[in-house]
Amino acid sequence: MTPDRIVGIDLGTTNSLVAFMQGESPVVIPGEDGVNLVPSVVALDERDQIIVGNAARKYLIETPERSVYSIKRLMGRGLEDIREELKLFPFHLADDLQAGEVLRITLGQKTFTPPEISAFILRQLKRNAERFFNAPVTKAVITVPAYFNDAQRQATKDAGRIAGLEVLRLVNEPTAASLAYGLDKKQNGIVAVYDLGGGTFDISILKLHDGIFEVIATNGDTHLGGDDIDNLLIKIAIDDILGDANLDVSRNGEIVATIRKAVIEAKIALSSESATELDIELPRGKRYQREITREQFEQLIQPIIDRTVGPCKQALKDAGLKPQQIDEVVLVGGSTRIPKVRALVEELFQRKPHTDLNPDEVVALGAAVQANILGGGSEATENMLLLDVTPLSLGIEVAGGVTDKIILRNSTIPASATQYYTTQIDGQANVAIHVLQGEREMAKDCRSLARFDLKGIPPMTAGMARIEVKFLIDANGILHVSAREQRSGKESEIEVQPSYGLTDDQVEGMILDSFDYAEEDFRQRQVIEARNEADTILAALEKGKKSPAWGNLTSDEKKKIAKLEKALIQVKSEDDHSAIRKAIELLNQGTMRLAELMMDTAVSTALKGKTMDEADMGEAPGVGHPVAKADFK
Amino acid sequence: MTIESNTSSLATIGETTSSCWSCGTMRAVQFCSACGKVQPPKPVDYFTFFALPRKLHLDTALLEREFYELSRKLHPDLCARADKREQEWSLEQSSLLNDAYRTLKDPIRRTEYLLRLEGVELEEQSKAATEKARSTGEIKKQVVPPDLLEEVFELNMQLEELRAQKKLGEDDPALVEEIGKQKLELEQKQDSLAEELKTYWSNWDELVDSGTEENRRKIRDKMLDLLNRRSYIRNLVRDVSEVLEN
Repeated sequence: MTPDRIVGIDLGTTNSLVAFMQGESPVVIPGEDGVNLVPSVVALDERDQIIVGNAARKYLIETPERSVYSIKRLMGRGLEDIREELKLFPFHLADDLQAGEVLRITLGQKTFTPPEISAFILRQLKRNAERFFNAPVTKAVITVPAYFNDAQRQATKDAGRIAGLEVLRLVNEPTAASLAYGLDKKQNGIVAVYDLGGGTFDISILKLHDGIFEVIATNGDTHLGGDDIDNLLIKIAIDDILGDANLDVSRNGEIVATIRKAVIEAKIALSSESATELDIELPRGKRYQREITREQFEQLIQPIIDRTVGPCKQALKDAGLKPQQIDEVVLVGGSTRIPKVRALVEELFQRKPHTDLNPDEVVALGAAVQANILGGGSEATENMLLLDVTPLSLGIEVAGGVTDKIILRNSTIPASATQYYTTQIDGQANVAIHVLQGEREMAKDCRSLARFDLKGIPPMTAGMARIEVKFLIDANGILHVSAREQRSGKESEIEVQPSYGLTDDQVEGMILDSFDYAEEDFRQRQVIEARNEADTILAALEKGKKSPAWGNLTSDEKKKIAKLEKALIQVKSEDDHSAIRKAIELLNQGTMRLAELMMDTAVSTALKGKTMDEADMGEAPGVGHPVAKADFK
Repeated sequence: MTIESNTSSLATIGETTSSCWSCGTMRAVQFCSACGKVQPPKPVDYFTFFALPRKLHLDTALLEREFYELSRKLHPDLCARADKREQEWSLEQSSLLNDAYRTLKDPIRRTEYLLRLEGVELEEQSKAATEKARSTGEIKKQVVPPDLLEEVFELNMQLEELRAQKKLGEDDPALVEEIGKQKLELEQKQDSLAEELKTYWSNWDELVDSGTEENRRKIRDKMLDLLNRRSYIRNLVRDVSEVLEN
C-alpha cells in the first residue's frame, strides 16, 4: 500500500496554495498554468460553469455580479456580523436571507454559501495536486488565521468536506509559517511571527524547544489586511473622480473593479518604487490620472498598519515577555512586503525581521510540514511537534448577562472544562446554555457561538438534577460539547443542539450538489484538453504539407488526409471530448505514412551532411503520437 | 479557572497493575511503556497525573520537561493514523495533560487547585455564590478584607470622580497621578502576598506527610484568606486600570 498523500493547503483571502513534502523539504504544487498562487476568486461563466483562480479574474471586471473574491471574510459569519464588510466589498447576498442564517452569495442565478465557494477553490487546489501526483488526493491539512473563532474554523472544515477532502487538521497560519522556518533552523528560542495577509492579521509568539513548537500567546484581527489598504485607495479614487470629473462611479461595479485592479498594482509598485501613477479610463472618454508617491502612500496607510500594534503588545503581555526577549521575528503574508510595515515590525520588536522565505508561500509550506507529521513523519520532521493555543477565551453566559470564562485564551489545546448545571423548576426537561467566545465581561459583547439546549432531562424536583457538561476544544481549535445527567440513576446522554453554522445534513447535501459541478468541471476540462491536442496535430499537419515528403503521397492518400482533417475541425467545435479524441486518432493513423516519409527525408538529409534542424523537417504528425496517446487514458 | 469538578469524583489511582489494552504489558498511567499506545483516560487529579505528591513547592523546570515528554506521547498529531478509539483517548489524555500543566505551573492556580482538592473553595469560585448569582440575577460580589476597608473606600471615591470627569472629557492630572500611585501600591501588595504565600507552602508541604488534620486545616485557612485578599486586590487593580486607560 502506498502511504497516504496528505497535502498542506493555505486557503487565503487573496491567494490560495497547495504544497506537499517532497522528500525532506516542502514544495508548492503549481497549477496547470505553472503558477504557484491560485487567486481566491470564483466566477460563474456564461454557461453556468464554475471558474476558479487566474481564469476567474477577468470576470471580476467583465461580470462582477457573477464573481466573488475575499470570500474568507464571510466564513463562519452571520448577516449581523458583516455590516461593515458590505459597505466595502461587492458581495451580492441572496435577497431572502434571514438573520441568524448561514450567508448565501448570489452568482448569476445561483446562490452559494461561503463554505461552498471556498470549496470551489479547494477543489481547484485538489485537482492541481492530483494532476501533479497523477493520483487521487483525499486528505489535507488546511491553515486558518490563528485568530479565527470556532464558527470560522468549523466553516473552513465544512468547506474541506464539501470539496471532497478529509481535513486532518486545521493549523494556525503563523504557527505553520514557524514550522517552515523551523525546519532549516532547528534551534531553541523565542520567535514572534507577524502575519499580515490579504484580509487577516495574526501575531503569534512561540517557544522553540528541541523540535517542540509551543505557542505561548497569539492575538490578531480577522478583518485587517491588504484588502483594507485597497479599499482605502479605492475610496480616495472614487472621491477624486466625483470631485474632478463630477462622475459618481461608486455604483458602477465594472469601474470599481477596474479601479481596484489599478490601486493593487500601484500598491505593489510602491513597495519598490518611490512613486507610481494611477491611470484609469472612465466612461464618456474621461480619464482619471494621479501620481502617488511612496511618502503619500505611507501616510495614508499608517492608521491601518497601526492597528497591528495593539495585538502585538497584547500578545507580548500575555506571553509575559518584553520585546528584547524575542530572539527572532518572522514576516508572513503578502502585505509584509510593504517597507513601512517592515519598519513598524522592526521598531516594535527592536530587531530586523526574517524574510528569507517567500511570504506568500511560507504558510502553505508549513502546512505541508504538518501534513507530513500527521502522516507519520520523516527524517526531516522527526521530533517536531506543534503545541498550539486557543486564541479566544471560551465562556458561558450566567445570570445578569455576564460571561463566565471557563477556558482562558492562550490555553494550550486540546483543552477542556467541565461545568455542572441543575434545573430551576420541578419536572424541567430542558436547560439552555449560551456558549460565548471573547474577552469582554458582558455576554452581549462576546461572539455568540451557540445556544445549546440540553434536552431529555428526566423529571425531577427543582435543583435535583446534576447535569455535567464537558467543553472540549480539540487540536483544530473547534469546540465539542457533551452532557450527562448524573442523578437519574442511569447516566443518560443529553442531546446537544448547536444553533449556528451548517448542520451535518446541509453539508452532506452540499457534497452531493458539488458533484454536479465537479462532473461538469471535469467534462469541460477533458474537452479543453482534447481541443488543445487537436490544435497541435493540425498545426503539425500544416507543416507536413509544406515538407518535401508531402509530394511523395498519392492523390488518394492526400484526399483521405484532407477528409480526416475536415472531420477533426468539425468535431473540435463541439463539446464531445471523446469524438474529438476519436477524430485525432483517425487523423494520426491516416498520416502515419506521411510521418514515415518525413522521417526518411530527414534521415537522408542528415546523411548528406546536414543537421536535422537545418533540414527543417517540420514536426511530423505521428512523432508526437506516443505522448498524446498516453493522455487518452 | 479551568475546571469546576467536584472533588468526590476524583479517584486516586493505584492501578499500576493494569495492563495495556493493545499489547498486554504493564504500563504507565497515560501510555504503555512497552508499545507506546495511548491508554483510556482515568479520572485523576492533576498532581496524580504528573505522579507528584500534593505539595505546593514544585520544580517548574522539571514539570515543563515532563510536560514536553508526555506531549510527545499523547498529542493527537501523533495518533492521526491510529484507530478511532485511540484517537479519542489521545484527545482526552492530552487535554487532561494541558489542563494539568496549565494549572500546576502557575503558583496561584496551583494553590487554588490544591485547596479545592482539599474541599475548600475560594469566595470568588464558590459554587454556592455562583448558584445564588445564577438564581437571583445578582453579580457575585466579594467581601472587602477588613484591613483594606478604609483604603478601598477612599480609592472608590476617587475612581468615581475620575469617571465623572472623563465623561465630561476632562481629567485632573493630579487625580490621575494619585490613583496611579495607589495602583502601584496595590500591585506591590499583590507581590508581597505572593511571597507570603510561599511561606505557607513550606508549612503545608511539611504537614502533608506527617501533620495532624488540625494543623493542616489551620494552614489551609491561612492560604484561603490570603488568596481571597489577593483576588480582591487583583480585581481592584483591574478596575483601576480600566478607568485609567479609558
